[in-house]
Amino acid sequence: MSAPLLRLEGVHTHIGAYHILHGVDLDVAQGELTVLLGRNGAGKTTTLRTIMGLWQASQGSIRFDGEDIGACRTPEIAQHGIAYVPENMGIFADLTVCENMLLAARGARRAQDIDERRLTWIFGLFPALQKFWQHPAGLLSGGQKQMLAVARAIVEPRKLLLVDEPSKGLAPAIIQNMIAAFRELKQTDTTILLVEQNFHFARQLGDRVAVMDDGRIVHSGAMAELAEDEDLQQRLLGLSLAAHQ
Amino acid sequence: MLNRLFSGDLPRSRMLTLLLIAIVAGLALVPFIFPGAKAINVAAKICVFIVLVASFDLLLGYTGIVSFAHTMFFGIGAYGVSIALTRMGPTWAAVAAGIAAALAMSLVLSLLIGLFSLRVKAIFYAMITLAVASAFQTFASQMSEITGGEDGLSFKVPELLRHGFALSDQPFLGVSLDGKLISYYLLFAVSVVLFLLMLRIVNSPFGRVLQAIRENDFRAEALGYRTVVYRTLSNVLSAGFATLAGVLLALWLRYNGPDTSLSFEIMIDILLMVVIGGMGTMYGAVVGATLFVIAQNYLQDLMKLASDAANGIPLLSNLVHPDRWLLWLGILFVVSVYRFPTGIVGKLRAKVLGKP
Amino acid sequence: MNSATAGSPVMDALPSVNADRLPLLLVPVLALVALPLMGSLSTWVTLTVAGLAMGMIIFIIASGLTLVFGLMDVLNFGHGVFIALGAYLAMSVLGTMTGWTASEHLLLNLLAALPAMLVAMIVAGGVGLAFERVIIRPVYGQHLKQIMITMGGMIVGEELIKVIWGAQTIPLPLPAAFRGALLLGDAAVEKYRLIAVVIGLAVFAAMFWVLSRTKVGLLIRAGVQDREMVESLGYRIRRLFVGVFVAGSALAGLGGVMWGLYQQNLTPQMGSQVNVLIFIVIIIGGLGSVGGCFIGALLVGLLANYTGFLVPKVALFSNILLMVIVLLWRPQGIYPVAKR
Repeated sequence: MSAPLLRLEGVHTHIGAYHILHGVDLDVAQGELTVLLGRNGAGKTTTLRTIMGLWQASQGSIRFDGEDIGACRTPEIAQHGIAYVPENMGIFADLTVCENMLLAARGARRAQDIDERRLTWIFGLFPALQKFWQHPAGLLSGGQKQMLAVARAIVEPRKLLLVDEPSKGLAPAIIQNMIAAFRELKQTDTTILLVEQNFHFARQLGDRVAVMDDGRIVHSGAMAELAEDEDLQQRLLGLSLAAHQ
Repeated sequence: MLNRLFSGDLPRSRMLTLLLIAIVAGLALVPFIFPGAKAINVAAKICVFIVLVASFDLLLGYTGIVSFAHTMFFGIGAYGVSIALTRMGPTWAAVAAGIAAALAMSLVLSLLIGLFSLRVKAIFYAMITLAVASAFQTFASQMSEITGGEDGLSFKVPELLRHGFALSDQPFLGVSLDGKLISYYLLFAVSVVLFLLMLRIVNSPFGRVLQAIRENDFRAEALGYRTVVYRTLSNVLSAGFATLAGVLLALWLRYNGPDTSLSFEIMIDILLMVVIGGMGTMYGAVVGATLFVIAQNYLQDLMKLASDAANGIPLLSNLVHPDRWLLWLGILFVVSVYRFPTGIVGKLRAKVLGKP
Repeated sequence: MNSATAGSPVMDALPSVNADRLPLLLVPVLALVALPLMGSLSTWVTLTVAGLAMGMIIFIIASGLTLVFGLMDVLNFGHGVFIALGAYLAMSVLGTMTGWTASEHLLLNLLAALPAMLVAMIVAGGVGLAFERVIIRPVYGQHLKQIMITMGGMIVGEELIKVIWGAQTIPLPLPAAFRGALLLGDAAVEKYRLIAVVIGLAVFAAMFWVLSRTKVGLLIRAGVQDREMVESLGYRIRRLFVGVFVAGSALAGLGGVMWGLYQQNLTPQMGSQVNVLIFIVIIIGGLGSVGGCFIGALLVGLLANYTGFLVPKVALFSNILLMVIVLLWRPQGIYPVAKR
């Protein structure tokens, strides 16, 4: 097996006086969708933010695509080819949908410069974005904002997407739409690290799964394995899929 | 006993203790060791500024709020007693009325400003106080029929405090027991009491909450403390003490005008004193105010010498001219905020703890 | 919540929220309310033009400050230094060209005024670059120190101006062709005020264009809303910030020239005096909002001139009164900037 695209080894992160990550070891393989599960406060978001350089790891190494990015600043990490969809979506509310997309397309100076074929593909995934292209993004509904957030991350080809809870607060129908979009994304051989609380959502998309608790990875393996093993689910997540459905 | 007097908050450093004893002893004995008008005037100014700076430290050092309106409250105190004595004549009743009116005005103003702007960020408060203070300053010089405008007010103080008043014909240890001496000791005693009172406040449970808010207002709020209420209270208390310091100054000078109590320059002086002495320590106010006022009164003479010596060298003579005193203070201020944020008291205490 | 139906969840309509246009009415409403109080139309025209001129100059000075705050949460109490610096530089430059400034010829006047403004902007921008490096950079994220340090920078800057140009008040006469008034009907309108309004509108238009039509402008607006996201998209916000800081300082320099010509004399304290006005303006506008800053500046300018004519004693507090009223209405200012 070739080296993983992203490898975290013994990563510790402190936020102020609080020690959040206690030695995270995590591999994300090229072309796969890895789901990071765990209860609230387990350190999932902190892991993503640490990869992104928004928190600085105090210890451990983060290697991406053969390079150590642990000491890089956020903009450099983004330029290495990592896109980030934060939990709060990070939509620029005063800017239009088009302007939001333009900023995400680093290579484009004007809206016309955005790769047309890619844009058509994105509009296929999220038709609402085309419809509200010139509207202020702040006026979009929660689901549409989430679509815009994901669309921004893929407006140019990126090597790795970090997505934090894309299903949070969305209506079931929109979640279905989101799942469809991620399936389509997987077809394009994009590598994704997805943080989720919603196991139902995660199970349908994940190739691999890692479960966090108390700032550590406590389990990692194939998603299929976890999906079938109810005892393991009970032990790791305190729930069983059967009960959840 | 001593511990109770200092509210359990002792200097905690031998050097600092010695320095404080020297300052207090010096201030207590000034009329006897340093004869002459200048020395006693400097000492009186030190006493007033210790109270003023300590009251500012209550806000800045203990609550983490920057206010640029502190001289406004100082000025209200000074104007309150000046106006009362001018209008009502030199009686103690007038002094009392002046103090009461000034305190009431400070209370209302600080409460209003506090409730209005302390909800938001420190920056917001700093900006609003700057605006209000500058408007107040213009107001005071515009209302010249009451405040004397730019000229200020000269007035008579109650007889006991007048320079002509003599307690005894016999000089005591070579010093005549006149109204000036009584004024000085009254000023000294009131300053000591006010300082100890503030020391008590910052070491009370209330003071601890203030410090908790300074460290992490979010957490303090989460613990159930209404941070707005505490900040506003601290603001009101600080304003009250500043007002009393203003009263002391006016009574000592028997004069008050915009430049002696309201000007922005005094605001800068206070900031500098609190930073040099050490924020959030109270004792820093004593050290900072003493050093600063002494430097202000004696270093400027030195600058004059330097300026005369550099006469003819175009820019240099300007740079060391006594009028450019504030330039060097400003630089000192910036450097000390960077390099010396805990001030003299912080440095002395750090030595005790074994840190370099 | 969104009322998505199973069939076409993504096609749910845009919630019908109107953009907030109410504050745009404030300026014309204030002007109209003042009209009957003035007694005569010509007085009103004169005062309104004066107020707009003053407001425009304040806007030029304040716009950079509000953006710098929005972008990096940095409030520069030393902004006033650039105002005074710009004015004194212009005075020095104009002083070398008395032949042209004294000429009645408008073109020669402009040839003198333009380099003066240019020099003021370039030097103020350069000093701004140094100021950011030396004074502001070491205290990012520490509000308390930031307030004190920038205030210290203000004092030092003001004193240095005294060292270089002296502490006394210096007259700054307008170039000859800018003097005097035009008659619009019965109303006498000073030429320079019209020029100030024109320059102010030009700056506003240029700024509007940059902020809405260029990528850098979009990044600045995005950065004001969510700094982390802009970085996560791969842009170095530090550079953006330094750029805005320098531009803001240069604009303050330009505003200083215009303010100096408006007052026709210079004092080293002019920076800190204008600073107070500017703080009020950006608080009224909503910290970080350029549009709010524009409205706030015009309101302050108009109100100062109206009350100065009607009730001079109140004029001193009109700004603070205005600030109180606006904040009672909208505690975060006219256009609160949505933050993170």
